Amino acid sequence: MTSYHLDHLDQLETEAIHILREVAAEFERPALLFSGGKDSICILRLAEKAFRPSDIPMPFLNIETGHEFPELIEFRDRRAAELGAKLIVRTVDDVLARGMAVQAAGEISRNKLQIPALLGAIEEFNFDACIGGARRDEEKARAKERFFSFRDAFGQWDPKNQRPEIWNLYNARLNPGENMRVFPLSNWTEMDVWQYIRREKLAVPTIYFSHERECFRRGGQWLPVPPEHRDPNKPDPYAGARPRPNEDRRRLVVRVRTIADMISTGMIESPAESVDDIIGEVSAARVTERGTRADDKASEAAMEDRKKAGYF
Amino acid sequence: MSAHPVEILRFNTCGSVDDGKSTLIGRLLYDSKSLMEDQLEALERSADLTGGGQINLANLTDGLRAEREQGITIDVAYRYVATPLRKFIVADTPGHVQYTRNMVTGASTANLSIVLVDARLGVIEQSRRHTYIASLLRIPHLVIAVNKMDLVGWSRERFQEIRDEFEKFLPLLDIKDVKFIPISALNGDNVVTPSAHTPWYEGPTLLGHLESVHIASDWNLQGLRFPVQWVNRPNNPRDPKLHDFRGLSGQIAGGFVRVGQRVMALPSGMKSTVEEIWTYDGSLPEAFCPQSVTIRLKDNIDISRGDMLVGLEHLPGMSTDLHGKVCWMNPRPLVAGRKYLLKHTTQTVQAVVTSLESRINIHTYDAEPAPGELAMNDIGTIRIKTAKPVIFDGYGTNRLTGAFILIEAGSNLTVAAGMLHVPTEAVRPEYNDFAI
Repeated sequence: MTSYHLDHLDQLETEAIHILREVAAEFERPALLFSGGKDSICILRLAEKAFRPSDIPMPFLNIETGHEFPELIEFRDRRAAELGAKLIVRTVDDVLARGMAVQAAGEISRNKLQIPALLGAIEEFNFDACIGGARRDEEKARAKERFFSFRDAFGQWDPKNQRPEIWNLYNARLNPGENMRVFPLSNWTEMDVWQYIRREKLAVPTIYFSHERECFRRGGQWLPVPPEHRDPNKPDPYAGARPRPNEDRRRLVVRVRTIADMISTGMIESPAESVDDIIGEVSAARVTERGTRADDKASEAAMEDRKKAGYF
Repeated sequence: MSAHPVEILRFNTCGSVDDGKSTLIGRLLYDSKSLMEDQLEALERSADLTGGGQINLANLTDGLRAEREQGITIDVAYRYVATPLRKFIVADTPGHVQYTRNMVTGASTANLSIVLVDARLGVIEQSRRHTYIASLLRIPHLVIAVNKMDLVGWSRERFQEIRDEFEKFLPLLDIKDVKFIPISALNGDNVVTPSAHTPWYEGPTLLGHLESVHIASDWNLQGLRFPVQWVNRPNNPRDPKLHDFRGLSGQIAGGFVRVGQRVMALPSGMKSTVEEIWTYDGSLPEAFCPQSVTIRLKDNIDISRGDMLVGLEHLPGMSTDLHGKVCWMNPRPLVAGRKYLLKHTTQTVQAVVTSLESRINIHTYDAEPAPGELAMNDIGTIRIKTAKPVIFDGYGTNRLTGAFILIEAGSNLTVAAGMLHVPTEAVRPEYNDFAI
């Protein structure tokens, strides 16, 4: 007799496919946030499984801070082209140039400036839903997030007043100007993501694997030394994010565990050269994935505050 | 598929503010080594600031600033624990009556529910309410965790008294599998490791039970239920093979489907045969609940989102008159005559609540007839008339095809979680075999 059993990856997969199809059926102009990072790579495979042999019925959207790892951009563009998808890129530079937002004094990270850039893109294209790769195991404010996370006309999340989300009956209804963020990987852990990448034989950007890199020590982390500033007519986009003379600077064998941009991503020293190595490393890890993210360390409620303002 | 797949068990914990519910989850995470150093550091940081140096495991799950300030759980938090035997999705649900709707959210998808009881207090109103909700939502397995046993001197008699109190009302409920476990979440006794204080207790630890309880039969594998979610039409002029492809994409909500099987589309009643079960990873000879697939039929019959394919045996009910229980979730009370949108499987229809038949008294479990209204967090039996027929099973038979939500137009809020009663009669198709 056949055993009617699904293992954990099959269960997570069918849940995510169901959610992606609900988005395609219930929204008029959805978009899929694709950064080239490991979580959104899984989302793309799930979208193929949900919609093939048809085209994936939504464009890809990415918000650039201007501090991206070049490997990630290259991977993002190649993957979108392979899938025949339309890729929309909007940038923090553009938002600053048009005066839609102003950089806070003394702040070098552009992490928060992604919020007005994302909200601007939602308005420009009239997107009513944005699919993202966020997972509840990443962070404790995220642990509270629904699969279908409602945002008001200002893009705000109200964590104390979320819609009840019962069974798999997702309430996708919106009034004009409102927006839904949808997170099909909500129930996935970092380990599930890597096991799925292994099972599906998915390609990932090379910076996930160990390589030699110039790093410097700041805030208890090894940060990548940014690329040289070559155009003297423009201000240095990495001003403030370059190693200071008193900071320890070394060439190390490192990889990334989670990717934000170059300013916000701590490198971990690791010999992991394959997905199997990474899975071994994750299962032995004693710090969380986001322990290497400078953007989360600002305060205990750093993520909650950004989400309330409209963050991913 | 390997011989022993690692399954996922979804459970929720319910308890009142001081039952130690968040502490229990913190303990499970801590003792199963699912906690990371940076999380512990963050705990220690907040302990120094607010807790007088004592680590507060509850701070792990209370993720919102308002929750940490008030020391209560407001909304469901999800946590993930993995052991070599199973993966766990933990919904930490609030216990307080005003957040019943959040508890229903966290409990609706659970295989198992843990009701925490303070050994000193025994069965209180909240214990009865939580047990009732677990039964109402037909959570297949229940654990009564009698916590703070250290504060009653590890008394076997006290444990038995509490058990007896539960046994008095459990037979009134729809719960098949109940386990009682004496624990101390604060000290970890019988949570992950057996306690030296309870030589009289011969059962498993809480984690041991979670790792071994049989959950494979929790899905309904009786009659085929396939709510059509999305019609898959590539309409691709570049590829002649795809030009005429017309697939029905969805997640199987009950039973299984095989190539060559006769199926009926509802509400039309037209029949056809399964030509192909298409997936990205190749065609399948058969598929089962809860797999997501794309079904191609031999005949090109009219089917769209909201329709359902069913097998010819174990037919569901089909009606515009619905009868079931609701948990009301909106500050504006429900009164008869109100109109809502009703979402059931993949179909959303206009609906009017025609009558309120009864309200459940949560203290006695009695059904009080003809209430004037159902207020927020009330549970009652109602009748609904829908603009289009709904294809359904009793919620006790199938949680996916027996459940619905009500949405208030305008505010777009989800105002009720509903569970349908068993249909009074199965669908009687008007059409015979489809013939061109």
